[in-house]
Amino acid sequence: MEYQAKELFAKHGVAVTLGKTVETAEDAKAAAEEIGGVTVVKAQVKAGGRGKAGGVKIAKTADEAYQYASDILGMEIKGLTVNRVLVVPATPPEEEYYFSFLLDRSNRQYLCIASVEGGVEIEEVAKTNPDAVKQIAIDPGAGVDEAKAREIATEAAFPEPVFEQAVTMIQALYTTFVEEDATLVEVNPLARLEGDKLEALDGKVSLDDNASEFRHPHHEDFVIREEADPLESKAKDKGLNYVKLDGQVGIIGNGAGLVMSTLDVVAYAGEAHGGVKPANFLDIGGGANAQVMADGLDVILNDPQVKSVFVNVFGGITACDEVANGIKGALEILGDAATKPLVVRLDGNNVDKGRAILDELNPPLVTQVGTMDGAADKAAELANA
Amino acid sequence: MSIYLNKDSKIIVQGITGGMGSKHTTLMIEAGSNIVGGVNARKAGTTVELAGTTQPVFGSVEEAMKETGADVSVVFVPPAFTKDACIEAIDAGIGLLVVITEGVPVQDTAEVWSYLKSDANTAGTRMIGPNCPGIITPEESLAGITPHTIAGKGPIGLVSKSGTLTYQMMFELKDFGFSTAIGIGGDPIIGTTHIDALEAFEADPDTKAIVMIGEIGGDAEERAAAYIKDNVTKPVVGYVAGFTAPEGKTMGHAGAIVSGSAGTAQAKKEALEAVGVKVGKTPSETAELMREIMKSL
Repeated sequence: MEYQAKELFAKHGVAVTLGKTVETAEDAKAAAEEIGGVTVVKAQVKAGGRGKAGGVKIAKTADEAYQYASDILGMEIKGLTVNRVLVVPATPPEEEYYFSFLLDRSNRQYLCIASVEGGVEIEEVAKTNPDAVKQIAIDPGAGVDEAKAREIATEAAFPEPVFEQAVTMIQALYTTFVEEDATLVEVNPLARLEGDKLEALDGKVSLDDNASEFRHPHHEDFVIREEADPLESKAKDKGLNYVKLDGQVGIIGNGAGLVMSTLDVVAYAGEAHGGVKPANFLDIGGGANAQVMADGLDVILNDPQVKSVFVNVFGGITACDEVANGIKGALEILGDAATKPLVVRLDGNNVDKGRAILDELNPPLVTQVGTMDGAADKAAELANA
Repeated sequence: MSIYLNKDSKIIVQGITGGMGSKHTTLMIEAGSNIVGGVNARKAGTTVELAGTTQPVFGSVEEAMKETGADVSVVFVPPAFTKDACIEAIDAGIGLLVVITEGVPVQDTAEVWSYLKSDANTAGTRMIGPNCPGIITPEESLAGITPHTIAGKGPIGLVSKSGTLTYQMMFELKDFGFSTAIGIGGDPIIGTTHIDALEAFEADPDTKAIVMIGEIGGDAEERAAAYIKDNVTKPVVGYVAGFTAPEGKTMGHAGAIVSGSAGTAQAKKEALEAVGVKVGKTPSETAELMREIMKSL
């Protein structure tokens, strides 16, 4: 969110005005009084187009700030409820620019995108006047030193009065990008304020979870739990790789690719069974022991939309008998809580032993089907029953 | 024949003494791989007993290569140390660097890739991965974690972003067998790409047909389609996972993020079909398409 991006900017020396982030209209009023003069009340949600949705208002007085904050708090922007607003001094820009560093996966390097023509409407500028949007490749090995920053500022054609500030800011933004292990650092708009002062008025930072895990434990503080789906939060607490979707067939599988494929196969199968769809993505990884299986089933069975569950495991490193014991153990752990039908497809390493273990579990709760397509069909049928 | 890896490959393991490293070194030896040692600077000079063999532990990749003549390294070190392990192997001049480690920060991989492209890569090291199952030339050698029991030697070449889908597809086509099966990994930045593998399979006389498995995110499949159009004469069958993945959600693989229209499974399928690649709706249907091709060859 904007205020979090700004905190990271400030930490690395990017010129920015932090303002005050508040959760009530009363606090917004107090913040506006403290800041003094005209302020801007800005909805804080992870979505673009906040202004167009009515989530950004200019308040001439503290009482107006109170009024706007009470309008904005609780409103929905692109499906996200606004729970906090940022109050900042109104600093009308004389010019608006755009600047970002991002990961360029196609070319396996970093990319800098800069434009001195228009900030907020950058996508429009990119369409109508692509030459005004400069793209500069950055070698991750070489990085951005002062000389490179000058090269970028020259290429982007920052005007003379703010040129040196731009060189400094470009280096600070690259430091933010690298030091925080970001995949995107974006300033939009980058504003030229009264008195030729260059400042990041709004921004966005995307962080790499892989790096946050061991290199930036403080990134965990940026995660705002109330926005996450409760089932996703529960799964996260148990260390599961779970994404809630909108269907009726719960999915458990091993390996991200196979699980994605399982979602597709269930969606196809669902076309013949009342249009049922996958209810979630859940990758239990290579291990697939009883506890992980129980945790996974627990999350899925707590999804009120789920009518059936499809467990799709290919025994590669993990043997199928271990997976079958995992399912058996999970059902024992869950006991009476396991009420929805399970369709299991096991294949691969030690499949016969695995299937024999599951055969001993009493139907009708567990049905085994030998192929992935066949099992998906059965799970979809049960979800539509 | 095969690509990148064969029975003569001499393999060392970076991180051989760790849990993952020792477990999979054992499995690689059982698969018939010629494992000649491992690297762990803190345990240099010791040995480890794995699958009935005694493996020497060296202090550096350079030393291991000098003592054993190794030309392949498989990396199992934790994500925090993967970048340094890769740079060390490139500096030592290893031929093939297979990075299994999952969870490597993408900026670390970007730096390794930059280093691989630079003049520092005097030996022309090829990297596979990170976050991948590695490479197997059935009945000859395994450098990675693919179960060697799924399928034997045969005429099909396989390249895949996903580990478990590699296993699934090898299982579906086990009656034909594989020249080489390579899992390139699903991270946003990877070493060996679909295009690299397609080029190598096209040049490999023992590969008669190719299965290519992709998934949502990035434009690697679209690029591969363009490459196939101009450069690949062998039949190619494709599969793309992630048609039902919602926009903006990450599905486990760091790279599998859909944002906007480009990178969707549908766009990838259409790009492949436009150049004559048959694309299956499910893994089984994809295998069926390959079956028909093999019958006609």
